[in-house]
Amino acid sequence: MKLARIVGTVVATEKHPAYVGQKLLYCQPLDEHQQETGEALLAVDRAQAGIGDTVIINQEGNGARQMLGTFDGKLPIRSVIVGIVDAVTLDNP
Amino acid sequence: MYLGRVIGTCVATQKYEGLEGVKLLVVQPLDRQRLPTGRPQIACDTAKAGPDDFVFLVGAREASHALEESFVPVDAAVVGIVDDVQQVDGVEGSP
Repeated sequence: MKLARIVGTVVATEKHPAYVGQKLLYCQPLDEHQQETGEALLAVDRAQAGIGDTVIINQEGNGARQMLGTFDGKLPIRSVIVGIVDAVTLDNP
Repeated sequence: MYLGRVIGTCVATQKYEGLEGVKLLVVQPLDRQRLPTGRPQIACDTAKAGPDDFVFLVGAREASHALEESFVPVDAAVVGIVDDVQQVDGVEGSP
């Protein structure tokens, strides 16, 4: 799972039926010191997260299918926000 | 999932079975500033996207889940057309 910060919200009218009713957020991955790293990505929100929140993103399809259910056994969703982070503590920062 | 812009279409007559009738687009992935990042890629279209559309894609195994056929060899699919991205860092809307 990835640590990320939510930097935006995405609005899309024309989309795959699997995305209808799902909140889509734009997220910037963070490193262990909560500094931005890597490319921003989109994720479906399952943790009632909002802009500015630090979150955990599960980036894997099977977990997404278990959480969101499937359409005929299929679900074209890969990244799901599964938690809002309160704190990250490193033993040897 | 990630953002991209449609920059072209791709036509292939000889395709793996199951890919017949699937529209192929050339998509340039975009970063937070809506600038190109990485190389353009070929993606299946499931959202009726067209030239210059600002879209979002799903990658890896889940791309094939966007298509009617279950076990097809694709690793990127356009799954929506983006109307607007509201961002905290001042970059707003479609490019």
